[in-house]
Amino acid sequence: MPAFIISRVLQALPVMLAVALISFAMFAYVGDPVAIMLGQDYTQAQRDALIRDLGLDQPFFVQFGTFLLNAVQGEFGLSYRLSRPVIELIAERAPATLELALTAAFLALLVGVPMGIYTGLYRNSWLSRFFLTFSLIGVSLPTFLIGILLILCFSVWLGWLPSFGRGDTVQLGWWSTGFLTASGLKALILPSITLGLFQMTLIMRLVRAEMLEVLRTDYIKFARARGLTNRAVNFGHALKNTLVPVITITGLQLGAIIAFAIVTETVFQWPGMGLLFIQSVGAADIPVMAAYLILIAALFVTINLIVDLLYFAVDPRLRVGGAKGH
Amino acid sequence: MSNTQPLLEVRNLRVEFPTRRGTLVALDDVSFEIQPGEVLGVVGESGAGKSMTGAAIIGLLEPPGRIAGGQILLNGRRIDNLPYKEMRTVRGREIGAIFQDPLTTLNPLYTVGRQLVETMTTHLPIGPGEARKKAIEWLELVGIPAAAQRIDSYPHEFSGGMRQRVVIALALCAEPKLIVADEPTTALDVSIQAQVIALLKTLAREKGTSMMLVTHDMGVIAETADRVAVMYAGRIAEIGAVRQVVKHPSHPYTIGLMGSIPPITHRLERMQQIEGSMPRLSAIPRGCAYNPRCPQVFARCREERPELTPAGETRASCWLYDAESEQQVLRAGAHA
Ligand SMILES: Nc1ncnc2c1ncn2[C@@H]1O[C@H](COP(=O)(O)OP(=O)(O)OP(=O)(O)O)[C@@H](O)[C@H]1O
Ligand code: SF4
Ligand SMILES: [Mg+2]
Repeated sequence: MPAFIISRVLQALPVMLAVALISFAMFAYVGDPVAIMLGQDYTQAQRDALIRDLGLDQPFFVQFGTFLLNAVQGEFGLSYRLSRPVIELIAERAPATLELALTAAFLALLVGVPMGIYTGLYRNSWLSRFFLTFSLIGVSLPTFLIGILLILCFSVWLGWLPSFGRGDTVQLGWWSTGFLTASGLKALILPSITLGLFQMTLIMRLVRAEMLEVLRTDYIKFARARGLTNRAVNFGHALKNTLVPVITITGLQLGAIIAFAIVTETVFQWPGMGLLFIQSVGAADIPVMAAYLILIAALFVTINLIVDLLYFAVDPRLRVGGAKGH
Repeated sequence: MSNTQPLLEVRNLRVEFPTRRGTLVALDDVSFEIQPGEVLGVVGESGAGKSMTGAAIIGLLEPPGRIAGGQILLNGRRIDNLPYKEMRTVRGREIGAIFQDPLTTLNPLYTVGRQLVETMTTHLPIGPGEARKKAIEWLELVGIPAAAQRIDSYPHEFSGGMRQRVVIALALCAEPKLIVADEPTTALDVSIQAQVIALLKTLAREKGTSMMLVTHDMGVIAETADRVAVMYAGRIAEIGAVRQVVKHPSHPYTIGLMGSIPPITHRLERMQQIEGSMPRLSAIPRGCAYNPRCPQVFARCREERPELTPAGETRASCWLYDAESEQQVLRAGAHA
């Protein structure tokens, strides 16, 4: 098992390096950080000093090496826009994004999986057809439109829920959480539905398709022929066999949720990393953009590793070397 | 026929598949019985309805297939119209099933021990601990070496033959009175087919279990079955004691299957090929379904459907053995 983890981490290294290179290339070739940082009036001496301070006079690979070394230590330099350490900015914003993304993913699973099971087991029921039609809407409507419609309905017309912001937060060490206040929880509802709706319908359709497939297999027929209860057949035998693809997709989608939180955060003015990223793009704030990209890539890699480990937990056929008495 | 009550009685069973282009009749007027301890072999070309018959008996016809007529009785009790929940307690407990492909019959995510234990605790008044002990005994009984260790192995850790032995243990572990075995060795290596059939035969005899054994192998039928039913296009063409059906077949289809005059000692490995092919369900001819291929066809065969009647030493559904048509055949012969 440790060998497996190590090999997976090694496989992820080239990916991370490529992303780092892209991020770094943005520094080197996009915009002129010196001009941005100096503003309108500066002397040539000031300019030279800044170039030396930023290490921009070094050869490409030295610069890239320094960039990597710093990145590994979480050191991404100063934001051009806010003149504060990037890592600080991100640490401030990460809790908002992570709480939103996790709530959205949780919602997607909590609603999507049972809906998928139901529509798989009762293919022709009225409710199944309703779910499927509903899921079509979830898949086809763009996220920002869903967000705006929800705001229109629940904030503007009904006035039940806030249309922007995170509500009140509570500070737990460096982590600011909205889970502990009523206004924080209320503020979470609309954005997490907006963000999770697509994944919810995706998971529902996936679980349904997998259930239908598994229910046709011989081992399910045989489980019925052995007289097991419906419950044991459907949940013990069928559902467990749908888990591997569901874990894969859910894992990948969690990454996607975090990455695509940008749109939702913009619609709801959610003070997370996505909003920070969009604001940075507007100001050509390269260090923040670079750090964000690398962070998201690292997140994807980590999630993939966790997904692979979960496979092992679910499917004995993958446990190489775990076989007994051959 | 003896006076004892048959274990299984199938009466005029009819299975239909409603489709967009009309209703397909997959089984029509199928009747047979199985006595306690008896092995009934079922043979017939692919698509004859052998598996369908087995599925109807265990109540697991694939929708939209449904029993449209007739009755199935187990120990005199109707089981064809039981609610799903009640039928569930019949499956496994009173009727065990063995499927064709052991590679796909076992759930890959659970150990064989778990699958045995859950089957026993579902049907028998025993706890998991005792069930596990019994599971090891069953694995030993079906010839799995080092059963006490192998019980915690997953299906993929067994060979095909060993997996089919596990399947047999699973089918028998709740001590059913009847086993429906649908081509239990077709998917196995030829070299182990005989072992698995021998195991089934021994276990059935030891436990007094009756068996409906579907197979393509006439050799297996000859060695294992007491009686044999020959199916054709969803109907029973001929049924009778194995020796009689093999040595003195009455139905022209069976005669075709067995070859013209089978030598008594000759063991038929595979069924003889007959000219033409069995009709699709959507195009079963009027009258006797076999009439387009039958060398002895006569006028009545194209008009009326024959029912099972005594024919020589067996029972066959063929107009040749009908008192009325004997006259017709004679008259037709006289004219020619
Ligand atoms: N879902 C279905 N819809 C319509 N017809 C079906 C369906 N399933 C099976 N049939 C038909 O029912 C008939 C009987 O099939 P069955 O599986 O019982 O044949 P079999 O005798 O077991 O053949 P084999 O030796 O190939 O296993 C076949 O003609 C088949 O095409
Ligand atoms: S009924 Fe006629 S067609 Fe059918 S098997 Fe008998 S002789 Fe042949
Ligand atoms: Mg079959």
